[in-house]
Amino acid sequence: MGVGTEMVDRNGSNGETGGLAEAVASLRAVADEGADFDGLAVRRDGEGLRLSVPGAEYRGLGTEEFAARAHEHAAYVREWYVWHQQMPQEPAQWDFLRWVERADECHPPDRRGRLTRGGGVAREWGQLSVQVRLADPEREHGRDSGEGSLDADGDRRRRRYTLRHVDDADMPAVQLEGYTDPHDARRLRKEDDRGRYRPLSTAPTLQRGWAFVGLEPAELVRAVEGFYPATVTNWHHEREGELDVTHWEETVARQTGIYGIVQTWNRGEGHEHVDRVAEACCDDSQCLKRREWEYDADTPLSVDGGDGVFPCREPCSLVVAAARRWTRLEAEESRTYEFELTPSEKAQVEEIVDAVADGRVGEVREADFADGANRYRARFLRAKRFEDGDLCGVPTDRDEGGGSGGDTDDSAGEEAGGDGDGAADDGCGESEG
Amino acid sequence: MSEALLVVAHGSHLNPASSAPAQDHADRIRAAGAVGEVREAHWKEEPSLRNSLRTVVAEEVYVVPLFVSEGYFTEEVIPRELRLDFEAGDWDSEGTGAGSVTVEPADVDKTVHYCGPVGTHDAMSDVIVRRAESVTGDPGVGPGAGLAVVGHGTKRNENSAKAVEYHADRIRGRDRFAEVQALFMDEEPEVDDLTDYFRSDDIVVVPLFIADGYHTQEDIPEDIGLSEDGSGRGEYDVPARVDGHDIWYAGAVGTEPLMADVILERAADAGADLETRTEADAPESARGGGD
Repeated sequence: MGVGTEMVDRNGSNGETGGLAEAVASLRAVADEGADFDGLAVRRDGEGLRLSVPGAEYRGLGTEEFAARAHEHAAYVREWYVWHQQMPQEPAQWDFLRWVERADECHPPDRRGRLTRGGGVAREWGQLSVQVRLADPEREHGRDSGEGSLDADGDRRRRRYTLRHVDDADMPAVQLEGYTDPHDARRLRKEDDRGRYRPLSTAPTLQRGWAFVGLEPAELVRAVEGFYPATVTNWHHEREGELDVTHWEETVARQTGIYGIVQTWNRGEGHEHVDRVAEACCDDSQCLKRREWEYDADTPLSVDGGDGVFPCREPCSLVVAAARRWTRLEAEESRTYEFELTPSEKAQVEEIVDAVADGRVGEVREADFADGANRYRARFLRAKRFEDGDLCGVPTDRDEGGGSGGDTDDSAGEEAGGDGDGAADDGCGESEG
Repeated sequence: MSEALLVVAHGSHLNPASSAPAQDHADRIRAAGAVGEVREAHWKEEPSLRNSLRTVVAEEVYVVPLFVSEGYFTEEVIPRELRLDFEAGDWDSEGTGAGSVTVEPADVDKTVHYCGPVGTHDAMSDVIVRRAESVTGDPGVGPGAGLAVVGHGTKRNENSAKAVEYHADRIRGRDRFAEVQALFMDEEPEVDDLTDYFRSDDIVVVPLFIADGYHTQEDIPEDIGLSEDGSGRGEYDVPARVDGHDIWYAGAVGTEPLMADVILERAADAGADLETRTEADAPESARGGGD
């Protein structure tokens, strides 16, 4: 690094010299194989070096002339260098970082201007707001200070990323709790704003109040993947037309242990049950991934897959665990019960189910007696209509003369040793029945 | 050739503490700079096992199961979900001897070295002893004290007990503790009868579990009389007086920082070019329990 520090900088301040010179040298080094990127084309032919950008073409250049022309079009050269020498070269990460700044939408001079002005460029990834700016590390306070002026992006401006909750995107980062280690995202994703555990990373319940500031490109990807694991990779596969989707039928067929029972839920009588699973679990209100899996490759589900940026390539463990419970519940036959309810009471029961299903219970105001899901209203209904826990005193199971419902096992079984205690791998739960 | 370490663990839909050890140990390994790329994956959390290998950049991946015994998960679930062409016989193990096998996953262009679980590695004996040291606050704990290594045990998988007995035997062979006994939740000898098995006044109880959860924080403490039924998670004294003994209950051994070194040992045994030690050996220098 820094080989070019003694070269004359034709274009700008001393600070730019080293990096740009190195970028030019790198570009010249690949001229034999040719470079064609973001509007910049470079190659060597019989006349010498050739360089072109939109609106200008230079042929028969010697080394010094090439350097001079490259300096004239420094933004192109710098961007070529950034994307080939500085950015993570792993294809998914590279693709994502380009997407973040809408790199394909404008040529390097405009792009660098856009990235420098104001807040730079921002995009949303689920509930994440990703903001990228070109900034001079030495002028920014914080951990970047002290980076050498010889860094390859010669004017010292480098891409730095800020990551926040979308609802905090307009909040100055200093007012949020600052983070610099991208791996901390894995822990932030574990709880929602109320401190409740989030088993599904892509549920739309990401907590607010934090900000990752001054991330480098690879760190940004790590943080994003910490919040939403594997989303960048699968999104990239999809863009390449290579996303390997595993549909419901195939996912269920490979289950063993306590989840093997889910196979019995498919009875060759259509896919209404899976439609309901997807409506219950995979709707945009529940998960920000866009469901790409269907019943099987030839049988799409009847419900919408959602509008998420990143795809869901197969039923997740939460869906499979829920389906295990439904498989058992849905084995029951319907019965006819007779209840006495006023019209308002029937409507109230429906309102309560809606409130739970829509996650609205916590929002019902304490004294909003017009809301059927109000706690006092529910308590009144219970006081009036429940006898020994049974609605209107009607036993759930007439054969057994009342008591609890058909689903009598404990919820611990659902987790199958999933308290992770280590029971997990000794067959506790998982390999039962 | 670039190398990565993938720590695979159970995880939970209900208990956030379940995945904490995998995350904490990964952080320790990363902080120590032992290997270039460290990732975790979970059966019940994300990234899922199915999606995990594709999140790794390196071409050479050492997969280490953070599980206590060889059995259903290590031999069936993990290989299936990682799409490894692997059968239980490939380890050529009688229940505690799993080494590693090298396989090509079906869906990504990588080489996977699939290792045996941390729980049956010899170094696990050291972690159990370290756990006894840390819970008693006595680096010389042993003489005059009893050590109970507690496992789940299940008739469905005899390997579950084997791992516990294996380490109990190894530690007993060191003649460090006055008495060493393997005990189980679901089979004989049972942890309920803990004090029947020891003459020593002090008994250190180390559960061979990966994460703290229902079993280690409620079941076992109740079984050995540390807490009343239903008194709530983790509410017991250390030490606690039971039947004339002082019981030093350690909680899940898997949260012990030194566990990170066992993960590295597994990978190194499989051929990984890495540092096999984090700073877990040096007091207070490792990242703490995570949070």
